[in-house]
Amino acid sequence: MRQFLIFTQKEFFHIFRDRWTMMMLLALPIAMIILFGFGITTEIKNTKFAIYDPSRDMATLGIVNTMEKNEYFTLEGYVENPDEMETIFKEGKIGLLVVFSEGFYENIIRTGDAQVQLIADGTDPNTASTITNYATNIIIGYQQELLEVGEIPFQITPEVKLLYNPTMKSAYNIVPGVIGMVLMLICAMMTSVSMAKEKELGTMEVILVSPMPPILIVISKVIPYFVISMVNLMNVLALAVFVLEVPIVGNFFLLIFVSLLFIFVALALGLLISTMVETQLVALLLSVVGLLMPVIMLSGLMFPIENMPIVLQYVAQIIPAKWYISAMRDVMIKGLGFTSIIMEVAVLSAMAIVLIAISLKKFKIRLE
Amino acid sequence: MLRFLLEKEFKQFFRNSFVPRMVIMFPLTAILIYPLVANFEVKNVNLSLVDHDKSSYSRSLVQKVVASGYFNITNVASNYEKALRTIESNRADLILEIPSNFERTLVKERKANLMISANAVNGNKGGLGTAYLVRIISDFNGNIQTELMGNHGRMKIPNLDIIPLYRYNPSLLYSVFMVPAILIMVLAMICGFLPALNIVGEKENGTIEQMNVTPVKKFTFIVSKLIPYWLSGYVVLTIGITVSLLVWKLFPEGYLITIYFFATIFILAFSGFGLVISNYAITVQQAMFMMFFFVLTFIFMSGLYTPVENMPNWAQFISHFSPLKYIIQVLRMVYLKGSAFNELIPQFIALCGFAIFFNGWAVLSYRKSS
Amino acid sequence: MKVIEAENLTKRFGQFTAVDHISFAVEKGEIFGFLGANGAGKTTAMRMLCGLSKPTSGKGTVSGFDIDKESEAVKKSIGYMSQKFALYEDLKVWENLRLYGGIYGMDNKAIGPKIDELLQQLGFESEKDTMVKSLPLGWKQKLAFSAAIFHEPKIVFLDEPTGGVDPAARRQFWELIYDAADRGITVFVTTHYMDEAEYCNRVSIMVDGRIEALDTPKNLKKQFEAENMDQVFHQLARRAKRN
Repeated sequence: MRQFLIFTQKEFFHIFRDRWTMMMLLALPIAMIILFGFGITTEIKNTKFAIYDPSRDMATLGIVNTMEKNEYFTLEGYVENPDEMETIFKEGKIGLLVVFSEGFYENIIRTGDAQVQLIADGTDPNTASTITNYATNIIIGYQQELLEVGEIPFQITPEVKLLYNPTMKSAYNIVPGVIGMVLMLICAMMTSVSMAKEKELGTMEVILVSPMPPILIVISKVIPYFVISMVNLMNVLALAVFVLEVPIVGNFFLLIFVSLLFIFVALALGLLISTMVETQLVALLLSVVGLLMPVIMLSGLMFPIENMPIVLQYVAQIIPAKWYISAMRDVMIKGLGFTSIIMEVAVLSAMAIVLIAISLKKFKIRLE
Repeated sequence: MLRFLLEKEFKQFFRNSFVPRMVIMFPLTAILIYPLVANFEVKNVNLSLVDHDKSSYSRSLVQKVVASGYFNITNVASNYEKALRTIESNRADLILEIPSNFERTLVKERKANLMISANAVNGNKGGLGTAYLVRIISDFNGNIQTELMGNHGRMKIPNLDIIPLYRYNPSLLYSVFMVPAILIMVLAMICGFLPALNIVGEKENGTIEQMNVTPVKKFTFIVSKLIPYWLSGYVVLTIGITVSLLVWKLFPEGYLITIYFFATIFILAFSGFGLVISNYAITVQQAMFMMFFFVLTFIFMSGLYTPVENMPNWAQFISHFSPLKYIIQVLRMVYLKGSAFNELIPQFIALCGFAIFFNGWAVLSYRKSS
Repeated sequence: MKVIEAENLTKRFGQFTAVDHISFAVEKGEIFGFLGANGAGKTTAMRMLCGLSKPTSGKGTVSGFDIDKESEAVKKSIGYMSQKFALYEDLKVWENLRLYGGIYGMDNKAIGPKIDELLQQLGFESEKDTMVKSLPLGWKQKLAFSAAIFHEPKIVFLDEPTGGVDPAARRQFWELIYDAADRGITVFVTTHYMDEAEYCNRVSIMVDGRIEALDTPKNLKKQFEAENMDQVFHQLARRAKRN
């Protein structure tokens, strides 16, 4: 036991004395949650729009006014002729051009046939479809207001309830994912790199010939990263709640329990990588290519899994972070209880057991 | 002298088991897989239906919803609580609840309500799904009004055609948006990351000290380090453009020469950035961490995934300092809008500024002797 | 003719004086041993002479060039072999030699024959196409030395060149040093091995940043009434206050 404590202490010394590693371990998660939390915004605001309006009557002015008042849109100005439309788009000044047909108001009243074209810059498809949707809804709303002379009969009013995230902030969706990514990065990448470093320096051999059982060596290597992961988890959760204003709706202890489970999986993965590599550089590259990239791309962190080709959807199932992120969204954002995440917990537990078993076995083989 | 150094660098480059493979494989896989994955498009929204009315109106509304092609009805529940379970377990994204006596209320009281509940954890999907559904209901409502009021009503409710059109990307393909940006991400990795790691590697091995006692000028040494990666940069760019043409049928609207011209300035700027890192880092590990941190920041503040205009003000401010932002703008504009040089002057100035700044800093921070 | 001259050469790192006002001169063709315990300041002094480190004060010339102001000219006239093996491991034997020949401005056509000649002298022709990383350490060091004098410099600086190799390999290495000295190359060498000190024409011993003794091995032994250089060294090293 005394040996074990000494080894663990040694690991802590390694980490605390290296300023760079320390910074990497504690500052990077903070930077990441802020970057992802604010940098990935699917919300639209202040889209600049321009108007082409030959008639400038009360209806068109009314529509322009309502749009201008809306926080999604900012009026850039009027376009005088169709040629100008081309240049204003090319220079990337505006996201939306609203083109009214001639004699707009008159036509509405007389023939009931007036046209609005919403020409969006389709470069970013997501933004384009969102802003045309918003603009359409504004115009429909105005249309009803305009005709409110006598109330339209037979009106169906949809009552919309946005569950869990009424203001539709993208941070709600991103934060559980970033926590998963950070834990994976810290646990798996740092563990594998630090093990590889000992191999490179030759100190691993010295430790391996010591009378300590290998299982204790592994545990002593892993404990500091476990502790740091817990610190990071708390930091990131605090930032999520107080800076990004994403509340923890569900049970805090359930959330910690799932996170612990995931940390075990990540540590086991790190251990597994370290048994396969000889140098820090390879450990680092392998972690980035084999762990970080799949987490960013395939775990549903940013991009919905259901949009992916079916083959990649299958691949996504074997990524531990996918299950963790799903469980975190259920507990943290939706506020669901344990019964709702049984599947996720079961998969993560199975992964943890299998991975720990394999990496311990591999680690022993190295000793012989 | 440069000639001998270049000979050395190229031999080492091709002898390395990892780097040449990466130069080929990285852009290939990134351009093939990334656009498949990086997709915020909202389609196939799963709908849970609670129809308390079961009237002809409610049935025709449901038909209209299905016919729109946006929605899959994955669940029909007898009450809201049961429907909510499907949202909790992610089997449905939206609930459409039609109250009992919907048809009768609409006809008798001349107005009626419908309830839509959306899973908004993914705000984008929840919001857009709801908007689609509201649109369909409004269409349906128009039909009902016409039906109930006959021609008389048709006159009173003028029709306003709202026609959405999408410039540059009429079918709103996500690949069109992502591919140009991915080209740049790959370029940044190869021309910024690799030479920096290479130089720090020589530091760690002590071979750089051997070079420092030779008459080799620092400038010559650095240039010999950068040239192989610059060339790889062009190889990567060309592979990327070819693959995106063959696989994603994407060809720049503008001139290829504009792309190569701006890529050259970007490569210069970003390899300068790599040099700055290599001057401060002592070990490969440190260099990697520093690179990792800055490249991540640059990427997220570049508008690669989501437009810079939507970020909070402080993030928009930081984004001015990301060279990736400008080059990604250039590539998207040339690719999609066919913009020419005269429309890209602000980006040109910004990128030149970065090139001068980073390379100047690299020169100033380098010391051949201490 | 003096090819290296140092006058009150000093290097401070903050409060710590690594090299403290050392003065000496080295004659052309001489094998000059530079001895001292770890941390005595040998490597720092050598790095200043090679133009890798700027002196805090004092003056030095190498091959007639000022080490502070004309360090680039100094570099053209010297060869250097560092403590750490510093050839490129992923280049072949001949490729390393070609690189150093080219860097020092040798004519492209002259390099090829010179490589063959050198490898023949070393009895190393069969390894011409071997990747350096697969050579044994003794051979790597011989190769590093050959690369350092490949361009026939006036002076070659060797920083603990024989660390970690067996006595037989060390003897062979010193034969190469004698060959170079015979051709008129001045050899400036730091070492830990006192038997190697005996092979030098003259030896200086540094203690705590200062040169405490400088003479031929024979005179030093007489001066300190010692049987061998080892005893001389121990008498001096006992005065050290550092470490």
